[in-house]
Amino acid sequence: MENFEPVIVAFCCHYCAYTAADMAGSQRLTYPANVKIIRVPCSGKVDALHLVKAFEKGADGVYVAGCLEGDCHFKNGNVRAARRVESVRKYLEEIGLEGERLEMVTMSAGMGYRFAQVATEMTEKIRKMGPSPIHLALAGGASEARQAANI
Amino acid sequence: MITAERKPLEELMEYIKPFKRILLVGCNECVTVCAAGGRKEVGLLASGLHMAVLKSGATIEIREHTLERQCDPEYVEELVPMIDGVEAVMSMACGCGVQEIARRFKNKPVFPAVNTKFMGASERQGVWSERCQGCGDCLLGMTGGICPIARCAKQLMNGPCGGSTGGHCEIGDDTDCAWALIWERLKALGQIERYVEITPAKDWRPGGGSGPRKIIREDLAE
Repeated sequence: MENFEPVIVAFCCHYCAYTAADMAGSQRLTYPANVKIIRVPCSGKVDALHLVKAFEKGADGVYVAGCLEGDCHFKNGNVRAARRVESVRKYLEEIGLEGERLEMVTMSAGMGYRFAQVATEMTEKIRKMGPSPIHLALAGGASEARQAANI
Repeated sequence: MITAERKPLEELMEYIKPFKRILLVGCNECVTVCAAGGRKEVGLLASGLHMAVLKSGATIEIREHTLERQCDPEYVEELVPMIDGVEAVMSMACGCGVQEIARRFKNKPVFPAVNTKFMGASERQGVWSERCQGCGDCLLGMTGGICPIARCAKQLMNGPCGGSTGGHCEIGDDTDCAWALIWERLKALGQIERYVEITPAKDWRPGGGSGPRKIIREDLAE
């Protein structure tokens, strides 16, 4: 797994993190290409099902990026998202995946630097954790999936 | 509504271990409202089970379907085209739905995915509490609309026990004393004379004490 490149899905709120990603681009900041961005109208729009399905389809890490506390365009979508992320983390543990593969982060639209930093940190963290057992199983090795299950 | 909670994944994994293709069936009624077994929960559980099985090194195909109502034969009939293609069924409905599927499809193993809890009401978002035990002889008209059968831990019929303190039940501070609630309500309604009336020992036969219950409406039954 030396050449392991994690697949990371980032659900980014249109009003903050998605704009922050744009800002990172304008500022010529680099961040890992492992992060696949999905724009959502609010982090509160991200359902537990979206998060779980991302892992089921082979994502090694997922994060939801919403507005800073108190700054949600829809009042409290980010707070709801954080609670949802917490409950899905517990569900992942029940399934047998590490809850740390899922994160909730907050930032403002002007924080291009923070966007790049979060993307880099998340990629590094997941790279250290190794591939998700589901990713391995889907990649074709039932035996490999078994191996990963014993990690 | 009838409330329910999903069983632990570990228990569900034991049920489905021998099978390679299962049908996971939800219900659009009570279990959807209490977020235990509607379409969304079916999707979440299917994903969770799929991942847990993949992680164990095996494979499984989980088909998903949510019925309008799982306790009515008309709706359960919708499963006919799907049932032959699967080895077992897992139901996310209450116990009534699970049994209706078992009755209709005699040769298919059926497993419950939720624990059916109680007949309750929603206190606030995400919180449900017990309100009715289906005693078959409703006395809410005498008790100001608050049920001492479902909401008093001892099901007392004539006022609170000695464990009632400051409006709370002795089983815990988060449980109201039903009789304290009844007293306050009767006072507010100006009906405290009802509190003084002695209620005789309850006949539990309509509440299931004389075996499984049935309702037959002559004008509707065929």
